[in-house]
Amino acid sequence: MDSLIRILKQNSAIPRADLARQLGVSETELAAKIAKLEANGTILGYHAVINREKWDTDTVTAVIEVRVTPEREGGFDRIANRIAGFEEVQSVYLMSGGHDLMVVVEGGNLREVASFVADKLSTIDAVQSCATHFRLKTYKENGMLHAVEEAPERLSVSP
Amino acid sequence: MSSSRIAEHVRNIPRSGIRDFFEIVQSMKEVISLGIGEPDFVTPWHIREAAIYSLEKGKTGYTSNLGSPRLRRAIAKYVEQHFDVEYNPHDEIIVTVGVSEAIDLALRALLNPGDEVIYHEPCYVSYSPSIQLASGVPVAVATRAEDEFSLKASDLEKVVTSRTRVLMLNFPTNPTGAVMPLEELKKIAAFAIKHDLVVLTDEIYSELTYDDVPHHSIAALPGMKERTLFLHGFSKAFAMTGWRIGYACGPADIIEAMMKIHQYSMLCASIMSQEAACEALERGQRAMERMKEEYRLRRNYIVSSLNEAGIPCHLPKGAFYVFPDISGTGLSSKDFSLKLLESKKVAVVPGTAFGPCGEGYVRCSYATGMDQIKSACERITEFVRDIPKQVS
Repeated sequence: MDSLIRILKQNSAIPRADLARQLGVSETELAAKIAKLEANGTILGYHAVINREKWDTDTVTAVIEVRVTPEREGGFDRIANRIAGFEEVQSVYLMSGGHDLMVVVEGGNLREVASFVADKLSTIDAVQSCATHFRLKTYKENGMLHAVEEAPERLSVSP
Repeated sequence: MSSSRIAEHVRNIPRSGIRDFFEIVQSMKEVISLGIGEPDFVTPWHIREAAIYSLEKGKTGYTSNLGSPRLRRAIAKYVEQHFDVEYNPHDEIIVTVGVSEAIDLALRALLNPGDEVIYHEPCYVSYSPSIQLASGVPVAVATRAEDEFSLKASDLEKVVTSRTRVLMLNFPTNPTGAVMPLEELKKIAAFAIKHDLVVLTDEIYSELTYDDVPHHSIAALPGMKERTLFLHGFSKAFAMTGWRIGYACGPADIIEAMMKIHQYSMLCASIMSQEAACEALERGQRAMERMKEEYRLRRNYIVSSLNEAGIPCHLPKGAFYVFPDISGTGLSSKDFSLKLLESKKVAVVPGTAFGPCGEGYVRCSYATGMDQIKSACERITEFVRDIPKQVS
């Protein structure tokens, strides 16, 4: 199961027949394993990693450090889920250190992100402060380097 | 005759079969090569970064002949942890320019002219020539497909003579991927003790064993440390072929003799490579495990594809080679390889490049990207399917 998840995490688009052969199982067994992981919520979804320099170049991404007042019952969870519910929000993490939540927000342009922060995020009662940082360039995302390196030449036959 | 300018013992060594084949492949375009005996992975970034850092710090001089003390200490620790043999970094370890140099040094240090060296075939192409260049007499023992190319102690008894001085081992094996079962390894150790031989064990592929098959070093067996030279390096498991770093661990008197040759011929291995090697031993385990898992998946793929194509291929337990039996096609190893190359542009190495008993087999390396392995398997399947038509 570890190998399966590791491979899918790296390349979820791998043809299932190839994957079955690599893992030494039949395609039917493999399909059952994947279906189980999807059903029990281990695999939540599949994404393509897009090179932002080539497509969707206008999209603005911001990382927002949010300090919140935790609630007596529920701690950070209710407020975190409330923030996570917004469509603009890509990721929400509870952090150790100087702030409580780290929120990754994506918008079509600067104004969209700014208005989300001003109108939605900072107006939530429990939110004490927001520090918004904008992404300038992506070098690596989800384990993928964005600059494509040419493979170094190899000898064609060697002992 | 210009050839008379060349010393006789060098002239007597035949051209490498792999070299001939390399030149044919090199002349063709868009070949998918399963003929490459080195990892397709680039050295993990943290190791490259450590080498860059050492250059920035100005580490550009010679090191001690035996290798930098830091690296020798790291090697001692690694070998003790992974192979269960303790060596003193002060005088029982020498860092060499690849395992190839270590083999050369060891043979030159141990052999008097005419001394015999037993080694097993199919094997790495350099063993027999290295023995000859050290004035020794190579004595090959064939291993068999039904033993998954592991070595039988009983076969060694048939070739041992009063002139036998050294036994060379290489498990996991290039080109067969064979590993040694512990029980048989014990018998080989007993054989070496009985005939008072020095064992040269080239364990360059030792990290690369799959499916929880443990690797056992003969050096760790009782009574063997004092007569064994343990040879290892960084090329395969850490994907560091071009750095050229290997090492030998063994009795101080042999290491001292090897150092004598090394100091006058090589002086020392490159310092930046030694710095990189330290990083590999200290923090390279994770990246190595990742590459190893990738090899395992590719091995499963290629073995299953070849068997389906009608080419019997056992599932090798180590290294990154499969050694399928192509005799059912009616072609010799060389013809199979040449025709496959000409008609389907897939390069594999004829088994005979690794010794006469490799006839009927070819070596396919799976140290190549999954996409290429997949295309190569498809082309081999087509090739095998079309063979009867070609013959008639």
